[in-house]
Amino acid sequence: MAGTAVRERLTWRVATVGAMIDETATVRTIELDIPDWMSHRAGQHLDIRLTAEDGYVAERSYSIASTPDEPVAITVERLVDGEVSPYLTEDLRAGDEIEVRGPIGGYFVWPWQDPASPLLLVAGGSGVVPFRSILRHRSDIGNTTPTRLLYSARSLPDVIYRAELDATSDGVQVSYTLTRQQPPGWTGHSGRVNDALLHEVAWPLEQRPLAYICGPTAFVESVAAALVGLGYPGDRVKTERFGGA
Amino acid sequence: MSPISRGFHGRHRDTTADTDRVPPGQYVTTDFPVLSAGPTPHTPLDNWSFSIKQGRDTLKSWSWPELQALPVEDVTVDISCVTHWTKLDTRWQGVSIDTLLSQVEQDARYVLAFCDGGYTTNLPIADVTSGQAWVAFGYDGQPLPAEHGGPARLLVPHLYFWKSAKWVRGLELLAADEPGFWERYGYHNYGDPWREQRYASD
Repeated sequence: MAGTAVRERLTWRVATVGAMIDETATVRTIELDIPDWMSHRAGQHLDIRLTAEDGYVAERSYSIASTPDEPVAITVERLVDGEVSPYLTEDLRAGDEIEVRGPIGGYFVWPWQDPASPLLLVAGGSGVVPFRSILRHRSDIGNTTPTRLLYSARSLPDVIYRAELDATSDGVQVSYTLTRQQPPGWTGHSGRVNDALLHEVAWPLEQRPLAYICGPTAFVESVAAALVGLGYPGDRVKTERFGGA
Repeated sequence: MSPISRGFHGRHRDTTADTDRVPPGQYVTTDFPVLSAGPTPHTPLDNWSFSIKQGRDTLKSWSWPELQALPVEDVTVDISCVTHWTKLDTRWQGVSIDTLLSQVEQDARYVLAFCDGGYTTNLPIADVTSGQAWVAFGYDGQPLPAEHGGPARLLVPHLYFWKSAKWVRGLELLAADEPGFWERYGYHNYGDPWREQRYASD
């Protein structure tokens, strides 16, 4: 993997906001038209910079939700005490200009050239965003790597990309676990991702699976530890965490 | 010239009176976010050591009790992560790299920190000496939690925090610079937050 890192100059570019899609009550996908965007790899992220009238700036990193062949899109969850996420999810309008640079990160990407390893994707909340990029990319290129997505959300209405995930086929198995509230007749999993659930969902070790975990810190910590407990080697478990505001 | 983000005023700028302590592109957080590329390793302290290596030779190695027996310094520093958060006045306890290097003969120009889990990061030796770097094992008066790099991590607060390698197990002394983990994945080789050296081309 070394040497595949991005070496081109990552300059700030002025992106024009395109379509916006409300994914849930607090989550919005924002398409960005970025001039001269160098194609990204599924799993990478980008930086956003906002500038107030008096020159105050705020920068944040967001996972890229789109495939390398689509218009760049990010999916942003509004954080109650956030500074940038409320602006992006409530104030931003189509046609607005914001500064962007990227793509960034060369580790939490899917090396689809290695199809022998089944994929295990474990998402907590908006940690599902880079996995949409990976799943769409996998489908676009006709890759058949057996793939499982285990997605932990508070409740069914909090599930991001639900229609798309429910329609996934072609060797992808999606399972949800709902931690706080389950609808009547819910037949999926309930409660937090734990050893028993991972034991059920995770690929057997002898298949040399590759695991990706993305979500809040405590979620990632506990899932990564549980996978190591199941015998997954540390270098087959890639993690990405988010925190802050 | 950056375009103005219409209607953006910024909510966090008044959370600190010390804005001149916050590097460009950073925001102040009171949380302590965690960032790591893989699972958190757990090495029993009985098997733990900190080594200074050169080539194939281990010049010096300290067991956990031996490290604890060295002079421990209390340091209060601001830390900045490349993912844009800065945390002010963090309190650490640890042993200065000066103390460790004083026990070996060396004339290295660079070091590569190595860690449980396989993580590495590279630094000029001038940046880990003269009271600028520690092997930290205490945070806020408590043992350093594993998710923050415990039992011990490097602490190099004047550089972006990926240089403060978690779960550190030693330093390899080098004559020539060698990129570490994130440095090979497109992050800046040096990582000065005040010059916003986030990515390789910055």
